Amino acid sequence: MVRWLLALTMIGVLSAAALVTVAQATDSQTVNSQTVNTQTVNSRVPIPFVPKGKGDVCVRDVAFMRANHMELLLHQRDATVHQGVRPKESRLNACLDCHAVAGKGGKPVSYKDPKHFCRACHDYAAVSIDCFACHNSAPTGAEVAGQ
Amino acid sequence: MNNGTKAPACDKAVSGRRGFLAGLVGAGVLSLAPGVTLYRFAEANEAGAAVTSKVRWGMLIDASKCTPGCTECVTACNDEHGLSGTGRPKTDAQWIRKVDGKNKKTGKQWSLPVMCQHCAEPPCVDVCPTGASFKRADGIVLVDKHTCIGCRYCMMACPYKARSFVHEDLENQKPYSPRGKGTVESCTLCVHRVDAGRRPACVDACEAAGHGAMIFGDINDPDSAISKRLAAYPSMAIRADLGLDPGVRYQGI
Amino acid sequence: MARPGRYETLAMNGRRFWMILAAVGGLAGMGLLAAWTMEHRGHWITGMDNQIVWGMPHVFAVFLIVAASGALNVASMGSVFGRAAYKPLSRLSGLLAIALLAGGLCILVLDLGRPDRLIVAMTTYNFESVFAWNIFLYTGFIAVVGVYMWVQMTHKLRRFQGLAGTVALIWRLVLTTGTGLIFGMLVAREAYDAAVMAPLFIAMSLAFGTALFILVAVGLYGHAAADMIRRMGRLLGIFAAAVLYFTAAQHLTNLYAAEHAGVERFILADGGAITSLFWVGQVLLGGIVPLFLLFTGAQGSRRIMTACALVILGGFAQVYVIIIGGQAYPLEMFPGVAVSSTFFDGQIATYGPSIFEILLGLGGVAIAGLIALVGLRALPLLPAAAALTESTE
Repeated sequence: MVRWLLALTMIGVLSAAALVTVAQATDSQTVNSQTVNTQTVNSRVPIPFVPKGKGDVCVRDVAFMRANHMELLLHQRDATVHQGVRPKESRLNACLDCHAVAGKGGKPVSYKDPKHFCRACHDYAAVSIDCFACHNSAPTGAEVAGQ
Repeated sequence: MNNGTKAPACDKAVSGRRGFLAGLVGAGVLSLAPGVTLYRFAEANEAGAAVTSKVRWGMLIDASKCTPGCTECVTACNDEHGLSGTGRPKTDAQWIRKVDGKNKKTGKQWSLPVMCQHCAEPPCVDVCPTGASFKRADGIVLVDKHTCIGCRYCMMACPYKARSFVHEDLENQKPYSPRGKGTVESCTLCVHRVDAGRRPACVDACEAAGHGAMIFGDINDPDSAISKRLAAYPSMAIRADLGLDPGVRYQGI
Repeated sequence: MARPGRYETLAMNGRRFWMILAAVGGLAGMGLLAAWTMEHRGHWITGMDNQIVWGMPHVFAVFLIVAASGALNVASMGSVFGRAAYKPLSRLSGLLAIALLAGGLCILVLDLGRPDRLIVAMTTYNFESVFAWNIFLYTGFIAVVGVYMWVQMTHKLRRFQGLAGTVALIWRLVLTTGTGLIFGMLVAREAYDAAVMAPLFIAMSLAFGTALFILVAVGLYGHAAADMIRRMGRLLGIFAAAVLYFTAAQHLTNLYAAEHAGVERFILADGGAITSLFWVGQVLLGGIVPLFLLFTGAQGSRRIMTACALVILGGFAQVYVIIIGGQAYPLEMFPGVAVSSTFFDGQIATYGPSIFEILLGLGGVAIAGLIALVGLRALPLLPAAAALTESTE
């Protein structure tokens, strides 16, 4: 019984792998995954290259943001959607405004571009986010922060 | 004094008192009015303040002022929310549409816009398995697209066919109107505008086009324009027999 | 002579088993591929749109879920109602119930607009929604039947069989009621919004489940199960009659009310494919012909099997008419007024299933088959053939 349970699992894994490969190959919507923005430290460990945002400080300090930005986003979005609470500095569009990265022709890049601010870390950590399935990932008509 | 001839001495004293009173009233109005207006705007704009059920947003549509063939409200909504369509009308989202009706027996024709009716007892909210379809405290019925799993049960449940399903990947969404593949959406009563103290895009467009068929306001406030009109003239709700108490009412059908 | 209480795993030539497994697995794989394509490219590639929001996948899924509940009936009759003749088949009944339900659930989940949010669906609940109850009922059903089977298969726990069987029976009645009420609680649509949907679905579950079970039993035992098939055939006849009765109750009461005249005319007369499916598929092939086959003439295995196949076909047509027909008829927002709009108000909606939806539906059936095959091979669930004839009264 163990034998063919193992065999079944292998079949399952192989089919899944095949499916994913086919998916990637035929995917017309693939986000460009060629380059991950990294820089190396001590010639050994790549760390993400995080583009600088507009202005001096973010709404919270860097350490807090690194650890808790997701919590901030999740909590704030529920308050905004369900209670109509819209503090100016907590808008997603405010984040996108400051953290916009210039691409070709000076226009802010979208999430499809690996230079996008969020992708700098999320590609590195291989944590996929689905915010930008619905939200526009670039500020519309805003100034772009210098890189 | 309602004639021009007065005794000069009386006249001066009276006019002095009158002037003083007028000045007092004027000063009072000038100091209170901005406060009242600012308070309203502050209520609308105040960051960090949750909406409450003190207000219930509603809309009143006068079908007699609505012209067949005019689609200003639909165009305005599509522009506001980026509903550009894909050329596939069966699957493209329609948050508001013009319905043309003709009474089968009498032949009377009318035309009016239909959108999410923002019911007080929304069937879409009842049936949503994850609670993504919800009613905000101020009466606006919305879809929390972070929680929507795209089961489309709310679309089955809506008596007004108000909801649309997003059937394809989307790009370049409007920043104040996020929408994405696999979730359900419907008229939000331009909640982003309402929270900023403005009116929905369709209402503004109808007025700008000179028809003025749509009134938007707080139906909990007896002094609002919409409440006064609802109290003065008969109005009806679509499928009132279902007892859903919609926030959108119609006159002139 | 086999001992009465002895159960076996599926005795099939190893190679043959692997080939069947591969074939069924392949079909399941195609279903998964179809689901992935639907999710990736978007639902616009399917036949479902903003008018017909639930289509072929849901027809398959509802059929499987309803049949799953009925498939457990054999076990219920054995453990709860004390019909000793059905006792040997209890374990098979439990496995089939789990397999069919899992298959139906898979289809539902894979058709979601955001199937990646399954975790959200399983952790965030709106308890006013009958859909939310159903999530508990469906997953709980698998657990309850699992416990029921474990109790049956563990010698020490034999005395709990009655209790486990009763819990499973009540659970499946609530589950089937809940499935019927998905439609019955929709006030918006003329074709739904009826309390009779609940007992109608119970009757449907008994009919479809018994028909499927008979076919599986014949597939596994062939001639040895002839007596068992005969008794179950009689039951099937009663269940099919019950389905006809509740269908009649639903439509006759609807016809009486003027407000439902439009939708009834659509389903019973004007609806084109829907009307044909109703009268020819559901009533004739799924009801009248099986009743004729099961209550007249010599009850041979082949006759009963034909009746089973027809009940299943007719059942499929019935679910199609309920789901698609109910959506095709436009919402009556302005009674007495002919309406038109860019959103297809006032128009009868048409639906044509795409290959993706059909493959997804068949994939769900294949997943059910996979679970059943693996379960039969791995666990001792099948009574010895002699046990079937021995216990016949």
